[in-house]
Amino acid sequence: MLVEVEDLEVRYGSVPAVRNVSFHVAEGEIVCFIGANGAGKSTTMLALAGVLHPTRGDIRIESRSVVGLAPEDITRLGIALVPEGRRIFGGLTVRENLIVASGIRGGITRQRSTLELIFELFPILHQRFDSRAGNLSGGEQQQLAIARALLTRPRLLIVDEPSLGLAPKFVELVYQIFAHLRSNGTTLLLVEQSMRRALSLADRVYLLKSGSMVLHGKAAELAERDDLEHIYFGGMAAP
Amino acid sequence: MNAIQLMIDALSLGSQYALVALGIGLIFGVMRMINFAQGDLIMLGAYALVVPTTADLAPPLIGKLPAVALIITVITITAGAGIVTERFAFRPLRRREADGATLLISSFAVGYLLQSIVLFVHTGRPKSVSIFADLTRQLELGGVRVAMIDIVTICVTALLLTAMVVFLRRLRWGIEMRAATEDFTMARILGVRADAVIALAFAIAGALAGILSLLYVAKTGVLDFRMGVPLAIAGFVGTVIGGMGSLVGAVLGGLFLGVASSLLQALLPEVLRPGRDAFLYGLVIFVLLVRPQGLFAGRNVGERT
Repeated sequence: MLVEVEDLEVRYGSVPAVRNVSFHVAEGEIVCFIGANGAGKSTTMLALAGVLHPTRGDIRIESRSVVGLAPEDITRLGIALVPEGRRIFGGLTVRENLIVASGIRGGITRQRSTLELIFELFPILHQRFDSRAGNLSGGEQQQLAIARALLTRPRLLIVDEPSLGLAPKFVELVYQIFAHLRSNGTTLLLVEQSMRRALSLADRVYLLKSGSMVLHGKAAELAERDDLEHIYFGGMAAP
Repeated sequence: MNAIQLMIDALSLGSQYALVALGIGLIFGVMRMINFAQGDLIMLGAYALVVPTTADLAPPLIGKLPAVALIITVITITAGAGIVTERFAFRPLRRREADGATLLISSFAVGYLLQSIVLFVHTGRPKSVSIFADLTRQLELGGVRVAMIDIVTICVTALLLTAMVVFLRRLRWGIEMRAATEDFTMARILGVRADAVIALAFAIAGALAGILSLLYVAKTGVLDFRMGVPLAIAGFVGTVIGGMGSLVGAVLGGLFLGVASSLLQALLPEVLRPGRDAFLYGLVIFVLLVRPQGLFAGRNVGERT
């Protein structure tokens, strides 16, 4: 198993943001986390990336516990996070953003093939290579954020709210890219607010609510359930 | 005083303040910590020139080495001291996610510790030392006489700033440092090693302190265990005027403060001159009232996560 999370609890001060959350991601899968605002999806992803430290539970990457490791060490184990809000370095150029991300794999000059893939997937980044990243549009920034994560050559790419604040044409593009990455064998963990999009793309889906896992299963099976929207928006899962 | 003399005098003091401000700004950028001990690293570099003794006359130690060896040794000492303070005083606090106030107090403590050690070893009496004696002579420039050391201070500062720009724009470590200054957590998520970037910032700030200590001592010839304090304050005020989180701002803020201070000293009527600093800091208050974020504010100066 690539990633296993067991009984995760993360607190902000004394307030638990996530409780009793367990899940796993196998190599080659696309897994989606869905849930309303404040459900604890982003908190879970930040814990997985080593930014937030769990107060309970375990996170294992290929059976090795990574709780307490620094974010930069977790990145070296092959986990890349594109966090909510993209967080590109606006004062740096596109080139410089990519240079920062290529550091752990020997620098950008040793990453020709990844860079070529990136320019094939995101031609706009090639055109705007020396522009300040802060001047890119929201959609272009999202592409840069994903490109940066790819340069760390991840085994698992986590993207938190890939479509948030994007024009529909960019959402389409980003999801085409995910499909392409999947065909290349990249494992994906996506956080989505749109249930429809999650069910159409993912192999498996986890539904979080108020910091707890309320439902999980294969996307195809969940898509069949009539009560899914009811659970998402308020009710509890039927036994 | 002639206008050229005045300008060179002002730029020389401004250069000194700009170098302190750059050291403070570098560390603030990656750590969100105001390092008041930066001034005491300058003091440490200066005292390293003489034999540790409580006697009033301290014979030169590193100060008698040939120029290149002297410069390299002092820079190594202050850069090393910067790294040691980070490793043993600040890193443990950062690991425990201490807030900015705790880090600030810790930097005061480190500064006072360094001052107290020097006070213990050398006593509190100022000492004199002479290095680079050639630099103290006067130059004839466009019909006016100016001190060689002031020209050297301005040129060395310009050279160091150019080197910093090349480092920050062209080298991967420099680009990583800029990224970390903008969003430290995101830089770490992309694999940038936090400890390495911060240690490097302290090493560079320490090296800048070493170079400044040499320029300062070459000009004044005086060692005093409190000599770093006014420099640290000027550097800090410079970074605030320039805008916390912006290195260009820190440099220009430091330069502005030094130039303003020199101009006030020269241009105020004699009766008002003793109150020069009141005018200077009145001007600082005015600048901050007009632009509280500083003249060249950085984009992201929030709390570190």
